[in-house]
Amino acid sequence: MEHITTPKVEQVKLLDRYTSKKPAVGTLYLTATHLIYVETTANVRKETWILHHHIATVEKLPLTTTGCPLLIHCKNFRVAHFVLPRERDCQEVSQSLLKLSQPAKEEELYAFLYNPKQDENDRRVGWTAVDLKMEFKRMGLPNDLWELTDLNKNYGICSTYPADLVVPKAAGKATIVGSTKFRSRGRFPILSYFHKQTNAAICRCSQPLSGFNARCVEDEQMLQAISRANPKSSFMYVMDTRPKLNAMANRAAGKGYENEDHYSNIRFQFVGIENIHVMRNSLQKLVEVCAMKSPTMSDYLTGLENSGWLRHIKAVMDAGVFLAKALVDEKASVLVHCSDGWDRTAQVCSLAGVLLDPYYHTIKGLMVLIEKEWISMGHKFTQRCGHLEGDPKEVSPVFTQFIECLWHLMEQYPCAFEFNEKYLIEIHDHVYSCQFGNFIGNCQKERVELRLDERTYSVWPFLLEKREEFRNPLYKGPLKVAMLRPNTLPFNFKLWCAMYNRFDKGMHPKQSILDHLLTLTRQKAEEEEKVMELQKKLAAIDGVLANEVHLCEASASAKQPTAVPPTTHSSSVCERELTAHLTNGTSEDTNPITGSANGKEQDELSGLESSLTVTNGKALTMEIPESQMVEAESPTRSTVEE
Amino acid sequence: MTPAFPGRRSARPAVSDGKAFQAQKFEGQAKEGAVVLCAGMEFAELIKTPRVDGVVLHRPFLPTVEGTLCLTGHHLILSSRQDNAEELWLLHSNIDSIEKRFVGSLGTIIVKCKDLRVIQLDIPGMEESMNIGSSIEALSTLESVSLMYPFFYRPMFEVIEDGWNSFLPEEAFKDIESATDEWRLSCVNKDFGLCPSYPALLVVPKGVDDDTLCKAATFRQGGRFPVLSYYHKKNGMVMMRAGQPLTGTNGRRCKEDEKLINATLRAGKRGYVIDTRTISQAQQAKARGGGFEQEANYPQWRRIHKAIERWNILQESLIKLVEACNDQSPSMDRWLSKLEASNWLTHVKEILTTACLAAQCIDREGASVLVHGTEGTDSTLQSLVEREWLQAGHPFQQRCAQSAYSMGKPRWESPVFLLFLDCVWQILRQFPCSFQFNEHFLVLLFQHAYASQFGTFMGNNAAERVKLKLSQKTVSLWSWVKRPQHMERFLNPLYEPNGLVIWPSVAPQSLLLWEGVFLRWNRSSKCVDEACEEMVHIIEYNKDLQAKVNALRRQLAQLETQDSPLDTP
Repeated sequence: MEHITTPKVEQVKLLDRYTSKKPAVGTLYLTATHLIYVETTANVRKETWILHHHIATVEKLPLTTTGCPLLIHCKNFRVAHFVLPRERDCQEVSQSLLKLSQPAKEEELYAFLYNPKQDENDRRVGWTAVDLKMEFKRMGLPNDLWELTDLNKNYGICSTYPADLVVPKAAGKATIVGSTKFRSRGRFPILSYFHKQTNAAICRCSQPLSGFNARCVEDEQMLQAISRANPKSSFMYVMDTRPKLNAMANRAAGKGYENEDHYSNIRFQFVGIENIHVMRNSLQKLVEVCAMKSPTMSDYLTGLENSGWLRHIKAVMDAGVFLAKALVDEKASVLVHCSDGWDRTAQVCSLAGVLLDPYYHTIKGLMVLIEKEWISMGHKFTQRCGHLEGDPKEVSPVFTQFIECLWHLMEQYPCAFEFNEKYLIEIHDHVYSCQFGNFIGNCQKERVELRLDERTYSVWPFLLEKREEFRNPLYKGPLKVAMLRPNTLPFNFKLWCAMYNRFDKGMHPKQSILDHLLTLTRQKAEEEEKVMELQKKLAAIDGVLANEVHLCEASASAKQPTAVPPTTHSSSVCERELTAHLTNGTSEDTNPITGSANGKEQDELSGLESSLTVTNGKALTMEIPESQMVEAESPTRSTVEE
Repeated sequence: MTPAFPGRRSARPAVSDGKAFQAQKFEGQAKEGAVVLCAGMEFAELIKTPRVDGVVLHRPFLPTVEGTLCLTGHHLILSSRQDNAEELWLLHSNIDSIEKRFVGSLGTIIVKCKDLRVIQLDIPGMEESMNIGSSIEALSTLESVSLMYPFFYRPMFEVIEDGWNSFLPEEAFKDIESATDEWRLSCVNKDFGLCPSYPALLVVPKGVDDDTLCKAATFRQGGRFPVLSYYHKKNGMVMMRAGQPLTGTNGRRCKEDEKLINATLRAGKRGYVIDTRTISQAQQAKARGGGFEQEANYPQWRRIHKAIERWNILQESLIKLVEACNDQSPSMDRWLSKLEASNWLTHVKEILTTACLAAQCIDREGASVLVHGTEGTDSTLQSLVEREWLQAGHPFQQRCAQSAYSMGKPRWESPVFLLFLDCVWQILRQFPCSFQFNEHFLVLLFQHAYASQFGTFMGNNAAERVKLKLSQKTVSLWSWVKRPQHMERFLNPLYEPNGLVIWPSVAPQSLLLWEGVFLRWNRSSKCVDEACEEMVHIIEYNKDLQAKVNALRRQLAQLETQDSPLDTP
């Protein structure tokens, strides 16, 4: 590779964040895709793999007596502090990393090199794993009031919108085209989510070009059409997710917000989420707090407060709750926008979707939601993630905040989500990794031009394959409530240590309840199979030849009495849970484990570690194993191997 | 739910809210209400209005209840007199403070409880509400120990195992004896003459006779001479606790004290003295006759100062924390700054750090440790925290004993015990598979330490407890806990015994607010409880499945060993 001048540096120290600990010594390698550090002091070979695209900043610190320090901050919140013996090496390595981490052209991104030796057909099918037309169908669209339009099929009327859009039937072409002229970047109001139970809809757009008092008949008609598509409600909300001051400032630039007098029957609402620049700075501060070396509790809490991060997360959550409540409690449709309608709007719409629809609590459902509200609607992933060399002011952790909101919901509703925290972190990793094509490009048009579906792989089938890892063993199927109503009082929000201090393993609980339960889930499948097998054998010996189905039923009902005792002391609620649990065990839900996926399951059972390498093994040619780093421990803890 | 009726919950009033306990768990204890009401006779003059109808109870996250309010000698009871409606049974001793307000003839009493719950009672009638208010105030602040509820409480459950005999020091010593012969049980304090705040039986080095102990006691604050607190079987190292040495300004020394603690060291080994005061506090203590171990007189000991705040500071910290948790303001900054200003988590971190240090000395460096502050009562608590993890994987009962044992301290004006429980909870959270008990158990201990029908947490030390004849006159909490149907609730389904020493992280990111206590009444715990139940079900189901596999295997093996399968009927 042209950017790599020094592919290998020996005698490199890797400092532990806890200064008292002796640093590791090892060899640093630069490959086309990864920085690899191999520790030579350890008895066991310890490797640290850092994907170039995960590198956020590379900092050369002033020379010290021990060498030349190189501090690397990653987008997945890893911090690596190397000390290279010679300054020249350090200079060259840091130069290379700067180039490698942010290439100039999309074609240089990892996804275009990544080749898991998959069958071409599988690759193509992989890109259809998430299908938004199906998603519209699932929501019950098109229907009498909403239709799919192809007005944007060549990205003609709005370059950052997808080709397939859902709009109110009542809105004709003239209305739509007229409305595009009155909205920032042509992002006119389109449907984001249709709530079958109430017929209310979430629509999204960008800010109107209203200035101090401009108006647009077509745009007013457009809103009216949306309002009428929910005939039972006499009004609709227009939700501006910005702080009022920001929205007002925009008026001077000929933009702004809807004048309630010009639109009939709208209720206008600001919700006050800060802009991308505030969020970027806030995260920067948060990361600094998390990286503090042995802070006092007071330093830490003050730092957490000053970063403002949790305040912003709460603002997003509050906005999502407001939106969902408008649909459920007031049965009103809501039009959501911010400035361009691709950052805060995406956060709030997708979060409300999660609150409203249990489908999005599933592994597959979350993929669909991300595809729908983020990828397809033109969240500028390339810019926000800083995939390419470019304006650092365009980078902002907007998607990270959405993922974190999900985590807070999972904390409050531990049984409501099919997936666990690892799934969120894995998705977050791949948003930045550029290993797959999904999160490359700023909008659908760009992705089509890059021919991503021909040249790269989709992340969704990759994640579906690993779904057992991402399962929440406590998931009890869709909740029977109209929506999740999380408590958003401040004390419900806390630092997501598993994300922001993810690589400081010493800070995490040393025994993971999740891992424990996942093991049990695997064992359960195994044991259930054994029961069947043994019963079959017994039946054979008994000379009673019953058919298999019969046996299955027998085994299921036979299990019940043995499992019931623990519930006799508890309430009827528990009993219901137990039966649900039992049926889960034998229903099709888990059949894939015992049935078709059996071969793979065996692999995984032989050890999670080896299964990891198996999945990675496919990609070894391109040197992309998951980054693995064995964290050193703090002085007050050690020895206990997990 | 089985229909509730008056008296049903009286057996467990301290935790009577359905939130924490399911009524079904207390079958067989239902008639208790009657006993309580009779006992009420002695309090007749304090109860001006025993009963008011049409009282409305408001609690966060629960529907309001309208019903009849009754005051008895020990309880405040609110019953809607309807089947399956929830009732409130509140021990007066659980009441921390009340606020009275009047709007017209409607009186409102806000009751703040020691378990941090806040409830509101709307009482019709000016006079009634005044009377109720002053009665509650009087009943919740009774001075006389003998009027306390535990002396009136008669269990309706059958005591299978008397909790008063559950954790005898002799039993605990047997465990140590099995590992070493370097220690002995001394009766030197049998009449509590030597040290009134120590128990009667103490574990001391074998080579030290009782005379030496007596002399050493005169050299330590409150007569609290160094005694064994924990024996680390892995390397034979020990932790001891004591009061401060009374060196005074002229550096008094005591050969017996030196001999006593040196007897715990192996040849050529050093020990650590962990002083839970700052060096300057320790210096100042000299002027009041106290002090610290001088290097010259204790050459084999290295002194480390690890300051732990005194009780009044902790109390203030708790008040601020509770205030922050009850703040309904939506401002994130306000919450975080209040949380920070309360300093509660700082104290948690400090105690865990000190305890880590002591544990490190013992396990890592193979050194013995002596821990003391001034009196050696409050701050020495950390020693217990540390035992908790040095002994990770030890059974439940022993842990109860240790906790109960630690009660030798000035009553509950200080939240030291709560702080200790919080530390244990932090460790439990970091090592969810290493403890036989679960969070409910810790909350139970917290609750009963403040208000209980059991005598376990009464008195300030063993001497007082003997004087009060607690073991004859009251019921032990452990008698209740040890009933299998109660025990089940406190067992951690994830528990897998392992003998490893566990090292918790004390990074601020690793220490969380103990929601189970501090936010218990401020938000619904439905979803979290549901998750716990689900977890238990998964684990139980797996166990049953495994049992089934084994049973089937046996069955199969049996059939296969029989000559012909046709023999089976």
